[in-house]
Amino acid sequence: MLTGRHWANVNTGIGARIQRKEDRRLLNGQARFVGDLRFPRQWEAAFVRSPVAHGRIVRIVKPEMPPNRVFTSDDLSDVLPIRAESSLPTYKVSDQNPLAKDKVRFVGECIAICIAPTRAEAEDIAESVGVEIEPLPPLVDARAAMEAGAASVHESWGDNLFLTTEFDGDIETARAAAAIVVKREYDTARQCMVPMEGKGTLAMWDERSDQIVVYTSTQVPHLIRTGIAQCLQMDQGRVRVIAPEVGGGFGYKCVLQPEEITVSWAAKATGRPIRWTEDRREHLVAGANTRQHHYRVTAYADANGRILGLDAEIIVDVGAYSVWPFTACLEAAQAGGNLPGPYALDAYRCKTYSVATNKPPFTPYRGVARPGVCFAMELTIDAIARAAGREPSAVRKDNLVAADQMPYTNVTGKFYDSGDYRQGVIEAEEAIDLHGFRPRQRAAAAEGRFLGIGFSCFTEQSAHGTKVFSAWGLPLVPGYEQAMVKITPSGSVEVRSGNHSFGQGLETTLAQVASEWLTIDTDSISVTMGDTGVTPYSTGAYASRGMVMAGGAVSKAAEVLAKRVKIHAAHLLQCQPEDVHLDGGRAVHRGGSVSFAEIARAWYLRPDQLPDDVDTAGLEVTEGYRPDIDTGVFTYATHSAIVEVDVETGLVKIEDYAIFEDCGRRVNPMVLEGQAYGGAAQGIGTALFEEVLYDRNGQPMTSTLADYILPGPTELPTFQLRHKETLSPYTRHGIKGIGEGAAIAPGGAIVNAINDALRLLGAELTEIPATPEKVLAAVIAAERTSGTKE
Amino acid sequence: MKPVGFDHTVPETLDAAIDALGAGGEVKLLGGGQSLGPMLNLRLARPERLVDIGRIDDLRSTAATDEYIEIGAGVTHAEIEDGAVPDPIPGMLPYVASGIAYRAVRNRGTLGGSLCHADPAADWISVMTALDARIVTAASDGGREIDMFTFVPGAYRTNLAPGEVVRAVRVPRFSEGAVWGYYKTCRKTGEFASAIGVFVADPAKAYCRVVFGAAAGRPLVSPTLARSIAETGRAPDLAALERELEALEPALSEVKARQLAVALRRAVSGAIG
Repeated sequence: MLTGRHWANVNTGIGARIQRKEDRRLLNGQARFVGDLRFPRQWEAAFVRSPVAHGRIVRIVKPEMPPNRVFTSDDLSDVLPIRAESSLPTYKVSDQNPLAKDKVRFVGECIAICIAPTRAEAEDIAESVGVEIEPLPPLVDARAAMEAGAASVHESWGDNLFLTTEFDGDIETARAAAAIVVKREYDTARQCMVPMEGKGTLAMWDERSDQIVVYTSTQVPHLIRTGIAQCLQMDQGRVRVIAPEVGGGFGYKCVLQPEEITVSWAAKATGRPIRWTEDRREHLVAGANTRQHHYRVTAYADANGRILGLDAEIIVDVGAYSVWPFTACLEAAQAGGNLPGPYALDAYRCKTYSVATNKPPFTPYRGVARPGVCFAMELTIDAIARAAGREPSAVRKDNLVAADQMPYTNVTGKFYDSGDYRQGVIEAEEAIDLHGFRPRQRAAAAEGRFLGIGFSCFTEQSAHGTKVFSAWGLPLVPGYEQAMVKITPSGSVEVRSGNHSFGQGLETTLAQVASEWLTIDTDSISVTMGDTGVTPYSTGAYASRGMVMAGGAVSKAAEVLAKRVKIHAAHLLQCQPEDVHLDGGRAVHRGGSVSFAEIARAWYLRPDQLPDDVDTAGLEVTEGYRPDIDTGVFTYATHSAIVEVDVETGLVKIEDYAIFEDCGRRVNPMVLEGQAYGGAAQGIGTALFEEVLYDRNGQPMTSTLADYILPGPTELPTFQLRHKETLSPYTRHGIKGIGEGAAIAPGGAIVNAINDALRLLGAELTEIPATPEKVLAAVIAAERTSGTKE
Repeated sequence: MKPVGFDHTVPETLDAAIDALGAGGEVKLLGGGQSLGPMLNLRLARPERLVDIGRIDDLRSTAATDEYIEIGAGVTHAEIEDGAVPDPIPGMLPYVASGIAYRAVRNRGTLGGSLCHADPAADWISVMTALDARIVTAASDGGREIDMFTFVPGAYRTNLAPGEVVRAVRVPRFSEGAVWGYYKTCRKTGEFASAIGVFVADPAKAYCRVVFGAAAGRPLVSPTLARSIAETGRAPDLAALERELEALEPALSEVKARQLAVALRRAVSGAIG
């Protein structure tokens, strides 16, 4: 095992709380996103999108003038559809043509691309395209789509099921022994991910390199290169993908999007640079692609609330197509596997259904499935606690995997590598002051005010490895990660990674990892990412893998490079390499030292100063890395919230919010705090605000930010954060992934707090977002049946 | 989200604006652009010409008589918030203005623009209804005064004639003993309201009016509730308010009726304790 080292003269290594390298350009408005790029002869694109949820394309009539401005699937006849294969049994493949062919399957699906010198003109042309569609019955509700006789999203299938999975454990013993039985149905709304920068793609043919060069706002440039090459039937050598600055991704930008293929095709076909910039309405309509789950849960517990067994059914509304490469089924596969969460239960049965509907294709969003399963599980725990007449956090502690059980393999086979989950709850109880809260709650109730407290725990599998991904049946499986680290002729350091940063600070934290070995200040370390032309292959940034995988690869490469530096330095210092140590960007031996600049000058410019048998591998190292286990490493956390519910208006105010999390070694605590704030803010959006609504025809009714409500600064509490560092025994430096974590728990913590507040009225919420209207409806329903409680 | 192409004219006088309105084709007046801007970008509004009335001095002036305060249609919410307009009823207009959207919106959005857009969830149509304000228009034949009930026949509709421009809003002066209450419920700071309650009472003039705003269509006015509050001096309970809403607008959902009842109750309680 490797642990961090700290050097006398450098404070930019692992663990240093330093400001982010990327912030100077980001905060000064000098970053260049796809929308900022401008090339000679560049034109803009607009898409004709389906106005109906489900229908057969009868004909598409292009405007007569101007010619060669509109292209349809007939023009893209040599382009292969997006096809995400999966090895999971019962999985059905969907072919998504980048421009719809024969049928349209959701409102917003691309039908034609229109190009013009400006976007406004392109939109004018798009309006003049005649599209005749014969409507088919729309499938707007996943449960209705499962019924016999429902219309078919994909006719050849026979039903609308992408996938069913079953975890068939024995729960009969638990059922027989249970003193408490809790039965609930839960719903989580469909959401959009709404990164600040929408999607954008600019493609052009480069004659000199004989390549299509695609600038695209993506988390996974190397994967997009592979995907575009496949769909356009080109050799990958003829495709270069560059992800410039990316303004948020959250999963939305981790799949191959039809627009990326169409824009690339159009650039190739016309010889012009073509750019498409997603606007907010396109995003809120065609990007309404995530989070929608339905749960039926029955939990069996003893009289103290110790869970004996869990029986569940999960329905995921995955929309019309299977995204590449993560498929329509990653969500349900993860949901079924993660529902038991951090709890040590022995009996578990779960069926999942991934149901095709006439909505945009499901895409994994920060937390992937876990915001849903955490919500369902955490509300269930509170319902059990109420039935047992106990404090919900106490019931949690009794059910969580104990520290002395680590490492622990849970009922679904997850290998929990390390941590003290119960301590996490204790820390959260202290931070939120559970002890002081109950008297305060009673006093408020006497004044007619409704306060509530809620907790929510989860584990987050991060940096999943080969075995995990192959178990999900994906068409490609990430395994290793590579990175290049070199010393330049002037003695500074360059790091290159095929991973990418879309706001998570990787440019700084990868530099910190290199700094840890090379002892050079991060100001002298430049990090290049996102360009497939100059970086090693990486499947990219998703699944909280960046710091573990790319960080591990940089660490390994920097370690090897540090050894080489010492060898070269030993020549110059006239000593043995093992007697040299690095400190402050210098190689030191007793009283003497040489700077990196001197070492680099000798190697690059004055090899005459080095012996003839010098190691010609030089000062540039590419190394690959894989953690010691490839089942992922588990971060864990407990969130707790205190809310006040205005039971007359239904408005919920978050009075206090505390987060405890343990993600192993913190490379940069400040970056980590930013991740926690941002993730929790998104989770509060999930908990209280965000909801894509459809009418019965499958028309989205939330197509602007006036209708799709996001939390703003005034809706967010001041977060309290507590950290613990339980190092993973299986990764370099003991790092675990943390990128997604904080978005997972707010739904559970906040709705548990709301239900705690409403308990006096006998009202209970079982869906998110907990909008004022839903809270009021629950209060009114409880008024009607007042007196009846669980 | 780019607008359809349009012509853009910037008249310096009200007469020139009226002429431009009558010049043919579909013409829209552009005030602060806080609603029209997004509608243009969404291509929901597709005028051939925009007549930008932001530079017309006539629309930016205010006048006061013993009976009323006249506020130019082009006065911004921010100006009202900052007290740049004489006060017809102590403190009410600045209070309402300060709660409209965000300051950035208030800096550009205008009183007249908001009234003409007639969004049921906007603040001014309910408040001006409660204050019994009158809309003063200008047209090639001279213009007229319109009461709020006539001016807003329904959601997003006004009874302005073609070629007619809102010049100002005339708000009656209330007595010193007048009281008012305003309460709105928003999901999020700066969003449109989900419910609005307005209460205005001027005992010296035997005036009392209650308005439910952000209901389905135009503001709902209840003389029954006004009478009851004037007689009892107390805020009605929620059940009484919900019964009255049921009579005024039977199509309201139970939840919406509760939101409106609560907003009104809080408006009344805030005014008379």
